[in-house]
Amino acid sequence: MELFTNQVLAGIATGAIYACMALAVVMIYQAIDHLNFAQGEMAMFSTFVSWQLMQWGVPYWGAFVITLAFAFVGGIVIERVLFKPLAKAPILTNVAGFIALFSIINSSAGLIWDFTIKQYPTPFGSSPFLGSQLISTHQAGMIGVTVLLLIGLFFFFQYTRIGLAMRAAASLPESARLVGINTSWMIALGWGMASAIGAIAGMLIAPVVFLEPNMMGGVLLYGFAAAVLGGLTSPFGAVVGGFLVGIFENLAGTYIPGVGNELKLPIALALIISVLVVKPAGLFGRHIVKRV
Amino acid sequence: MSAVEDVVTEAPAVEAVPKRAMTLGTGTSVVVLLLLLVVPVFAKNFVIFQLTQLLYLGLAVLALNILTGGSGQFSLGQSAFYGIGAYITAVMMEQFNVPYFLCLPVAGVLCFGVGFLFGQPALRLSGVYLALATFALATAMPQLLKLNFLEPWTGGVQGLVVTKPDAPFGLKMSQDMWLYYFTLVVVLAIYIFSVNLLRSRSGRAFMAIRDNEIAASAMGVNVALYKTLAFGVSAGITGVAGGLSAIAVQFVAPDSFTITLSIQLFLGMVVGGVGWLPGSIVGAAFIIFVPNIAEGISKGLSGAVFGVLLFLVIYLVPHGARQVAILGQQFAGRLRRN
Repeated sequence: MELFTNQVLAGIATGAIYACMALAVVMIYQAIDHLNFAQGEMAMFSTFVSWQLMQWGVPYWGAFVITLAFAFVGGIVIERVLFKPLAKAPILTNVAGFIALFSIINSSAGLIWDFTIKQYPTPFGSSPFLGSQLISTHQAGMIGVTVLLLIGLFFFFQYTRIGLAMRAAASLPESARLVGINTSWMIALGWGMASAIGAIAGMLIAPVVFLEPNMMGGVLLYGFAAAVLGGLTSPFGAVVGGFLVGIFENLAGTYIPGVGNELKLPIALALIISVLVVKPAGLFGRHIVKRV
Repeated sequence: MSAVEDVVTEAPAVEAVPKRAMTLGTGTSVVVLLLLLVVPVFAKNFVIFQLTQLLYLGLAVLALNILTGGSGQFSLGQSAFYGIGAYITAVMMEQFNVPYFLCLPVAGVLCFGVGFLFGQPALRLSGVYLALATFALATAMPQLLKLNFLEPWTGGVQGLVVTKPDAPFGLKMSQDMWLYYFTLVVVLAIYIFSVNLLRSRSGRAFMAIRDNEIAASAMGVNVALYKTLAFGVSAGITGVAGGLSAIAVQFVAPDSFTITLSIQLFLGMVVGGVGWLPGSIVGAAFIIFVPNIAEGISKGLSGAVFGVLLFLVIYLVPHGARQVAILGQQFAGRLRRN
């Protein structure tokens, strides 16, 4: 039983990362109806920016705030310059665009900061949390930040005018336009927010996986899985999905014989496919009816 | 989350291609075929090898084109079928001494089976969800190929070396050249089969599903059957392409069949023009040669150059090579009129 509890706790800690990434994925999905394959690279680039700021002597939280602003503006610029012209293009063209963006960011980061692995500081420290051996203060901090972020987003979407406008633009663009909402800028805003949330995820993960241009590959994959599991239309579902994937991944690695570390990923993905077959819209997603 | 169900009208994932516009005209086809037949005679062995690569990767892109351009389904799992085909061919050739030309049909049939079975659960998924499911298949495949109990056949992480076949009947031809012509024959046969498939009753059923699934089912198309069938056919052809690649590269290893390969095939399809079959070869050329060109422009920034080139393609010619071909045709038509 103690092994079980420990594994669940460790799963929740890694799940917090997936949850952050899944939140970012859902933000963009809500805005433009596409999965952004370059999301992880955008987060990685922002994390590098914060690292660079700290190298120049900016304290952690200062770098944190500047990076968030940078990521937010960067996300908006990417939408305006690169993806606005593709708004009416078929899905496949958009996916190709995301892959192109992935390639550009990854390669540029490699050129600017090269591919050596770098240490990244944590503001929470890495001593054991409340005497527990399995979860460190950093991991506890990650869970805390994710929960705060979720609460913040909830209030933003539920109780602010601009949050309401973004929801309207995402669910019924034509009607939103008729009541005077600038839907095009709402999409850009969605990109900016997703990029900033991604940056937070990146800065939280970097102390664990270390900083290098390819650090987000696996994390983004789990982020997608979490988002799809929870339902792509629900930020709350994305966070729950993130924690579930984290826990399941750890438990499968421990209890299913022959799985170990090698088959963790396929097993986690097999779980997701099974869930989707039973509940195609994900656990908390809306069921969408198409008109002929 | 709400109990109220939203009603949305969704644009189709793939733009429809008129049935006639799926292939080249007779004249152009003959010219292309002649080029494909003659060029290797004057080329070096390395160039011939690259042309062979172009043919079998083109075949894999063609298979994806049948799935996406034909039935409107979307797959990032092609590398898995490609890997299965390559492994079946390699294991049969090396462990059981089966001649290479017999391995390919077996690879095709078995991959058809796997694809058909995978299509069953995938039936309930569409769009991004299907993309994720196939993505999962692609990520799982290298791990599965490394499994311990398969090691006596597959060679585990080390992979398997495949012997290159000699030209038969005492023909005075280098191995590379023989393999090129062999590949060309296989690819042509499958190309003609695909064209006929898409023009047949089944092909029309695929396209009806692509354009509007609900309407197709109202007209009496067995949606479930044809969707899984499209998956099966696409997987089968991809398997043959994988088999050809195993013979040409003379080596199979689990890490050659990762998600990167799926993404490359996907890019090849977009660049070539979705639903336009001859575009498959153009797309294959893009994924083979453009990274080299990018490397030539700037070594450190090759990924960025590749990305910029890709953006240029989707901005300037969003329908890929098909659009270029149509423009070329119009231009030729105007010349003729003057």
